[in-house]
Amino acid sequence: MLADKDRIFTNLYGFHDFGLKGALARGNWDGTKAILEKGRDWIINEMKVSGLRGRGGAGFSTGMKWSFMPKQSDGRPHYLVVNADESEPGTCKDREIMRNDPHTLIEGCLIASFAMGAHAAYIYVRGEYIYERERLQAAIDEAYEARLIGKDNIYDYPFDLYVHHGAGAYICGEETALLESLEGKKGMPRLKPPFPANMGLYGCPTTVNNVESIAVAPTILRRGAAWFSSIGRPNNVGTKLFSLAGHVNTPCVVEDAMSIPFRELVEKHGGGVRGGWDNLLGIIPGGASCPVIPAEQCEDLIMDFDGTRAVKSSFGTAGVLVMDKSTDIIKAIARISAFFKHESCGQCTPCREGTGWMWRVVNRMAEGRAQKREIDMLLEVTTQIEGHTICALGDAAAWPVQGLIRHYRHVIEARIDQYAANPHPDPVPVAAE
Amino acid sequence: MSVRRLAAEQPESFDFTPELEAIAQKLIAKYPEGRQASAVVPLLWETQKAAGGWLPEPAIRAVADRLGMAHIRVLEVATFYTMFNLEPVGKYFVQLCGTTPCMLRGAEAIRDVCEKKIGHERHVSADGVFSWLEVECLGACTNAPMVQINDDYYEDLTPESFEKLLDDLAAGRPVKVGPQNARRGSEPEGGPRVLTDPALYAFKTTVPGFAGAPATETPDLLAAGLPRAAAESPVDPTAAVSAAQEKAADGADTREKREAVAAEATKPSGAGE
Repeated sequence: MLADKDRIFTNLYGFHDFGLKGALARGNWDGTKAILEKGRDWIINEMKVSGLRGRGGAGFSTGMKWSFMPKQSDGRPHYLVVNADESEPGTCKDREIMRNDPHTLIEGCLIASFAMGAHAAYIYVRGEYIYERERLQAAIDEAYEARLIGKDNIYDYPFDLYVHHGAGAYICGEETALLESLEGKKGMPRLKPPFPANMGLYGCPTTVNNVESIAVAPTILRRGAAWFSSIGRPNNVGTKLFSLAGHVNTPCVVEDAMSIPFRELVEKHGGGVRGGWDNLLGIIPGGASCPVIPAEQCEDLIMDFDGTRAVKSSFGTAGVLVMDKSTDIIKAIARISAFFKHESCGQCTPCREGTGWMWRVVNRMAEGRAQKREIDMLLEVTTQIEGHTICALGDAAAWPVQGLIRHYRHVIEARIDQYAANPHPDPVPVAAE
Repeated sequence: MSVRRLAAEQPESFDFTPELEAIAQKLIAKYPEGRQASAVVPLLWETQKAAGGWLPEPAIRAVADRLGMAHIRVLEVATFYTMFNLEPVGKYFVQLCGTTPCMLRGAEAIRDVCEKKIGHERHVSADGVFSWLEVECLGACTNAPMVQINDDYYEDLTPESFEKLLDDLAAGRPVKVGPQNARRGSEPEGGPRVLTDPALYAFKTTVPGFAGAPATETPDLLAAGLPRAAAESPVDPTAAVSAAQEKAADGADTREKREAVAAEATKPSGAGE
C-alpha cells in the first residue's frame, strides 16, 4: 500500500480546510516560482519522463500531449481547457479534487498553461456539480486575491482561470464536444483532424486535460519525475485515484499506487466484497464503458492500463464497480445500455440508432424474452457500431454488451430457456376448491 | 438521445430582470470579446433558476436576444442539455440517479418511495411541492444510492431515510445535505483508513506573503449546515404553520435553529490547525 507521504491529494476526504490556508499547510503552491523559472521545455520534458498517462480514460501521455502545442504563437491565443465533466458511471474522483483539494488543480492549471503558452484556462465542470463548482470558484477567488494567479500575479506570468459549466450531457466529456459546448453550441463531437492542438477552442490551439492529470502535475514537478515513475510498474506509473462502488462493504474514493492488485484494493480500502471474496460475480474496472471482468479473472488482476487490457477490458477512469452474486448481470448491463441510449448525441446514425436497438434487445434478454440466435445478431451489431462513429461513445456503448456476451452467454441462454418454459411472469391462477 | 419538447402551456412573456442582467454581464465577461455565445449554457441555467425551475419558451427567446444569437440556436441548446427543464417542476425537484452503480445499491427502492410519496415521474404533486425524475449518473457513485434535490446532493440513502428526508423538506424542517449516514464524504464508512499522518498537514510554506502569516480560513456553507434547497425557498403556508408549532414547542423555529448552527460553525476557530 502507498505510504501517506506519497499521496498527492492529502485532503481527499475533506477533513481539513479546502481553502488556501489549508492548501499551504499541505504544501501546495510551494516552490511554484522555481518550477516556472526552469522553463517550458524543462516542464514538458519532466512530465514526459514522469510517465504520467492521462487520467481521463484514454491513458495518453500527458507530457506528450502538452508538447503538441505550437512552440511559438502565430498570433492566436493558446488555451488550456480542463475536463471536469465527470459523468462516467462508477467514477467520482474529480469531484473530490474540486471540492476538497481545489488548489492542486489551480496550481496545476497555472503550471500547465505556462508550459503551453496559454494565458487563459477554462475548467468545464459538469452542471450537476453545483456545490463543487462553488467550492472551486471560492478557491480561485482566493488565489486571485493572493495574486497567485491573475493578470499581475507574483510569478509575472499573466494568467486567468475561469470556471464554466455544462448542463447534464455525458457526451461533453469528449474533448471536441466539450469545446463545442464551451463555444455555446450543442455538445456534438467534431471530426478530427484538425486536432484541438491546432484548432481547438475558438479555432485556437487548445489542450484538453482531465482534472486529475492537471492536479497531479505540481506535485510531480516538485518531487521529481523519478519519484513519480518509481511507483507502480513500467508504462503504468504513479499514483491514481480509485473509486470503489457497488457491492463492497465500504465504498470509497482512495488514492493508491498504480498496478495495485485488485484483491488488495478491494480488501484494504473497500472492506472486502459484500458476502466475502467468493461472493464476487464480476467487476467493471473503469467506468461503465469498460467490458465486465468475471470473478475468475479478478483473482490476479493488476489494476492498471496493461493489467486490465490483458483481460480484454480497459482501465478507463479507475472507477471500479463491484458486483456480487446477487446481481442480475443482464439487467445491470441493460441499465448501462439505457444510459448510452440516453446520452448519445444523435449525430452519427450507428450510435443514435444502435444504442437504442441494443438497449431494447438487452432489455428483452434480461427478461428472457428473446431467441438464442439473437445473441449472435446482437454481437454482430455491436461490432458494426464500434469504430463507425465520430467519437468513442459508440465504442463505449458496444463494449459492455460485448463483455456481457463474452463472459455471460450461458446466463442469457438460461434466462431464455427459463422464459420459454414459462412465458407468463405471473403465477397461473388456480380456481379455488 | 432523449426526446425533449417544449411544454404545451407557455406563459405569455418572460421578464429579463435587472438581477439577471447583472449575472449575464458577469458571465459574458469570462469569455473573449465577441464570444458571448459561450455564456449560453450558464445563462440559461441562471434563467431557469429565475423562472422558477424550468425554462419557458419566452425565456429561451429572451436569452437568445440578450446574447445576440438566433432563437433556434438557443432552442437547440435548451433541448439538447437535459438539466434544462422544459416543463414546470415542483418546489423541490428530486433527481434520482438510476444508473447501474446506484441501481446495484438500491436505487429502485428509492424510486418506489418517489412513486409512493410524490406520484408518477414528471408530474408535480398536487400541492406543487415535489416532482421527481430519474436521471443518469450524477457522479457520486461511492455514496450510492443518491438523489439531487434542487442544488444539493443527498447521498447514502435508504428508503427510510429518504422518506424522512422528503417529510422534513415538506414540513420545512432542517435537513442534512450530503451523506445521510455517519459519513462526511467519500471516505469509507467508519472513518478514513489512509491520510492519518498529521505531518501531512503541518507544512511550513515558503510562498511569499504567507510564510509564517496564516491566511484566514475559508468559510464553508455546507459544513455550517445551510442546505440551500431549504434556505432559499420561499415561505409556504404549510411550513409557516409547522414552524409556528415548532416554535411553540421548542422555543425556536427551524430557520432560527439553523441560523444558530451556522453562526456557531462559522465562528473563527481560535487556535490554528
